[in-house]
Amino acid sequence: MRILRFRLNGDDVEIAAPDHWTLLEILRYRAGLTGTKQGCDKGDCGACTLHLDGRSVLSCITLAADADGRDVTTIEGLVSASGPDVVQDCFDEAGCLQCGFCQPGMIMASRQLVTENPAATRAEIKAALAGNLCRCTGYTKIYEAVENACRRTREGGGAAAAGVTRAAEDGADG
Amino acid sequence: MKAFDLVQARTVQEAAGLLPVDPADKSAMLLAGGQDLLTELKEHLAEPDRLVNLKGIPGLDAMTWEADGTLVIGAMVTVQDLEEHTRVRETLTALHEAAASVGSPQIRSVGTVGGNLNQRPRCWYFRSEEAHCLKKGGTHCYAAVGKNRYNAILGGFPSYIVHPSDLATALVALEAEVTLVSPSGERTLKLDDYFTLPREGSYQRETVRLPNEVMTSVRVPAPPAGMRSTFLKMQERESYDWALSAVALCLWMDGSRISDARLVLGGVAPKPWRCASTEALLQGRSPTTEATARAAGADALKDARALSDNGYKIPLTQGLLRRALQKLGA
Ligand SMILES: Cc1cc2nc3c(=O)[nH]c(=O)nc-3n(C[C@H](O)[C@H](O)[C@H](O)COP(=O)(O)OP(=O)(O)OC[C@H]3O[C@@H](n4cnc5c(N)ncnc54)[C@H](O)[C@@H]3O)c2cc1C
Ligand code: FES
Ligand code: FES
Repeated sequence: MRILRFRLNGDDVEIAAPDHWTLLEILRYRAGLTGTKQGCDKGDCGACTLHLDGRSVLSCITLAADADGRDVTTIEGLVSASGPDVVQDCFDEAGCLQCGFCQPGMIMASRQLVTENPAATRAEIKAALAGNLCRCTGYTKIYEAVENACRRTREGGGAAAAGVTRAAEDGADG
Repeated sequence: MKAFDLVQARTVQEAAGLLPVDPADKSAMLLAGGQDLLTELKEHLAEPDRLVNLKGIPGLDAMTWEADGTLVIGAMVTVQDLEEHTRVRETLTALHEAAASVGSPQIRSVGTVGGNLNQRPRCWYFRSEEAHCLKKGGTHCYAAVGKNRYNAILGGFPSYIVHPSDLATALVALEAEVTLVSPSGERTLKLDDYFTLPREGSYQRETVRLPNEVMTSVRVPAPPAGMRSTFLKMQERESYDWALSAVALCLWMDGSRISDARLVLGGVAPKPWRCASTEALLQGRSPTTEATARAAGADALKDARALSDNGYKIPLTQGLLRRALQKLGA
């Protein structure tokens, strides 16, 4: 058992866990953050993708101890005071899901790409998402969502503009 | 996964000292990026009481070029850092291409070179907890008569695993050496000699590494001037996958003819498969002719013995070799 101290979605946290627990396990079963999905649990599917110091990692094959002293962002942490992240909004608008199980991992992997390369081509998007499997859709809508997120980011709207879209939609809905 | 203690080593010596001396003692193992090790633990291939963490040991993640052009890659350099290194891409293209072909972006960003070379085979019988196969101390290699489409066509008997490392295929072609450190000292050997065939050593391991040795670096000697190299891999899925077959080829040209060559096959044998006689056969030939492709393909696979479901690997490998010759000869 060890006490891990790290930043989790912007907050400093302290979590006690046995050495053999994975980062995925402490998030789901200690921190109560179930947005990060446990799919294959052995590196194949990408459903457990989150950011460790801003880079996508597979939390099912990362030991919890690796998070000590570092910065962890999960799907829950993408939402800010101004609303969902632009990538979340674009996924939402594209309707690029059926069961939805792949989406948190897909969005986290996409978020890194949009940050690093908002001019990404379709081929670059495919390569960046190669480790994220979706068993329901045919990927096309997912790639379109990422292209949209890239475009909005290039146009400078980013999260703020996406937040406005969302607010307008919610208003219309309700 | 069985419970274990994670121990942070501060130096390579300390890490080596925490490892068992006796091969029968499986109580401690090294942890690098964990991208293979965690799957080994979850599949109960290994059940150590202690993991010795190599992350955080200073110096192991450095990549340096010596004055003569030799590249020294620290064992903890990530596959992604190797892939993105400009001088590697320009001068050791096969190594760049092999790194770029490894797993998914998430795996490349965490997985290390040392871990890649020391990862365990992916044979589904070996990886299945229910199958107590030859490699796990059992009596049979189930792949010999079972489902064997991903298994070895060369050097297989009596265990038909294929070595899963793509970096190994390219690095053997580039005549790399590895340095191993144990409490009793240090040794450097050719990567080609680091890997063993099942019939040469223990069925249960793929390398000559002693249980208390830590791989600290890989040295890629400066290639003789004029080398062109490539690594081509065929995988079942386009997104990411281990090699069904791979070819690492280095060529030196004298005008339109090959003056020297290195050829190593991956995904088809329990170790990277160096084809010395094919290298000799290629000398003096034109790389892009059909006659050269046919002669080289026949020679490289002359000892191949297909199992029931993996005969396709023979023409597949010959096709990759043809493409590699055309690419480098163009
Ligand atoms: C889904 C998936 C797909 C993959 N696809 C590919 C692929 O296409 N091609 C490919 O080549 N690989 C592939 N891999 C394997 C991956 O590249 C390697 O697992 C990774 O590079 C291992 O590095 P690591 O640092 O994570 O090693 P670890 O998992 O930490 O270690 C692996 C093994 O090596 C030992 N070890 C680690 N470092 C050292 C050292 N310095 N000295 C001695 N022993 C050491 C460990 O004890 C352990 O047994 C894939 C893995 C997964 C999970
Ligand atoms: S749950 Fe981690 S990769 Fe599938
Ligand atoms: S929507 Fe079901 S796995 Fe992607």
